[in-house]
Amino acid sequence: MGKYIEMIRIRFLMMLAYRTNYYSGILIYSINIGAYYFLWNAIYGDKGSIEGMSALQMTSYIAIAWMARAFYFNNIDREIAQEIKEGKVAVELIRPYNYLLMKTMQGLGEGIFRLSFFSFPGMVIVALIFPIAFSADPVTWLLFAVALVFSFLINMQINLLTGILTFFFYNNTGLIRAKRVIIDLFSGLLLPISFFPGWAQQIMNFLPFQGISYVPSMIFTESFSGSEVIHAVLLQIVWVFILVLPIQTLWLIARKQLVVQGG
Amino acid sequence: MEKIIEVKELRKEFKSHSSRSGLKGAFRDLLTRNYKVIPAVNDISFSVKRGEMVGYIGENGAGKSTSIKMLTGILTPTSGAVRVNGMDPHKEREQFVRSIGVVFGQRSQLWWDIAVQESFRLLKKVYNVPDEVYHDHMSHVIDSLDIGPLLDKPVRKLSLGQRMRCELAAALLHNPPLLFLDEPTIGLDVLVKLKIREFLKEMNARYNTTILLTTHDLSDIEALCERVVMLDEGKIIYDGGLSSLRSNWGEGKQIEFQFADTAVTKETLQPLLAEMEAAWTPGGRPNVWIANVLNEEQVISEVIGRVVAAHKITDLKVHEISIEDIIRNIYEEGVKNG
Repeated sequence: MGKYIEMIRIRFLMMLAYRTNYYSGILIYSINIGAYYFLWNAIYGDKGSIEGMSALQMTSYIAIAWMARAFYFNNIDREIAQEIKEGKVAVELIRPYNYLLMKTMQGLGEGIFRLSFFSFPGMVIVALIFPIAFSADPVTWLLFAVALVFSFLINMQINLLTGILTFFFYNNTGLIRAKRVIIDLFSGLLLPISFFPGWAQQIMNFLPFQGISYVPSMIFTESFSGSEVIHAVLLQIVWVFILVLPIQTLWLIARKQLVVQGG
Repeated sequence: MEKIIEVKELRKEFKSHSSRSGLKGAFRDLLTRNYKVIPAVNDISFSVKRGEMVGYIGENGAGKSTSIKMLTGILTPTSGAVRVNGMDPHKEREQFVRSIGVVFGQRSQLWWDIAVQESFRLLKKVYNVPDEVYHDHMSHVIDSLDIGPLLDKPVRKLSLGQRMRCELAAALLHNPPLLFLDEPTIGLDVLVKLKIREFLKEMNARYNTTILLTTHDLSDIEALCERVVMLDEGKIIYDGGLSSLRSNWGEGKQIEFQFADTAVTKETLQPLLAEMEAAWTPGGRPNVWIANVLNEEQVISEVIGRVVAAHKITDLKVHEISIEDIIRNIYEEGVKNG
């Protein structure tokens, strides 16, 4: 286990090695949150609530959704694709560790870095500028933390899946981009799922994406009530287990017919 | 002696599609593709004993890298059996790779953005090397490769020679009994090459480390290996001692004469070598002729004596046939007397 924890530390160091990324990231997230804040305020106008969410809940939802994104989002899929394209995956395979687990740990290292140096300070700044409702209930915070862990796992698994597909397509930049847009839209980052038309909500109930952003954000803003919370977290857990299956299958097939490109 | 590597009838086939020509062909390729099965490694068998240093040579595309990748568990063989360190490299990958070290000359295995020592620290954790063993072993490795001052620099700021020495140290961090080196000296200057060779020799003497080395630089092989395995088009065409390669193929010497007399022709020279096993070849420049003779004192002095007595010369050189010439001969002519 030590090696996996060490990997988190290494990723931390790598994030620190590029300071410009760090500062520009804070800027981009602040701009996004600001833009959505004004957009939603304009949409709400004088209305007290839409789809059962008040304007205050809505802005808190948007702010927390972006801050949570800082934790679960990473470019591991693009990294895997690049390592496969450059043949660097060969070097990874001569190491006595599980490649996919190591990649997950790198993602976690990145997530923890962003959460502590990005989301926390960012949240303080945002809370000073915009009115945001923080729950005083420690149970909400705890449930939010649990949901956030699972949202990281689901997003990570989808990234691994997209990355492994490079073994079969050799070049899947398009797929990676499409995946990113789909996740931003269907996970409820841009728009809460309850705002989608009924039929779309039906379909999304059968997809893993809402476990990524919608669930933790709804828990944080206390828009879910008691049993809904439990139900949502259970759904996340189920998806984590379901997604293990295609990843393992594809990984085994890929390893079998691996062609190391170049050299 | 126990065998470290045992390879039997190892084969790796790649499926490659050949594109049809023209626009029409490109559209047809969308629907059906022509596949060709190409054997990159074609039923090879060999074994390596503990402590041996073996040179694994061949032209580009001869199948060296592919076979190394099968030996290290990266690629699955199409057929055949591989046992390395008593394990099946592909099936028991995680367990197996603990017992080997690998250096790919063309790929870095250190983490690009962070200091070398951080990479070492991670690898130490990955291979579960205990602190005392690490300090003992690595302080020696770091000293002999002279990389102490480089440890706190990020890998991207190192020169190629510096990086290569760090790569070597990283591959030996867990002191593996078997080391694969895939073109470790590619693009390095003479001093770094010498240092790396010295170091490998020392590791071999100290820990009895088995080394399998692929390279295009035959001076590496001459400096390190007693045995060579030569590949061509996926097949082993020579497997044996470097010295017997020399004695089978390069038993002769070449004596190069530059004549003062411009009228010298093959016909006028021919009688001088009568009843001796020798032949004249043109030397590439005007008035230069080379006598290919057996490597025996008598013959050499006899030839020189006769030629000098008959013609005036301005220059004389005696060459030993180099390993490179021998190998070029083998590839050009195929193995006849090997």
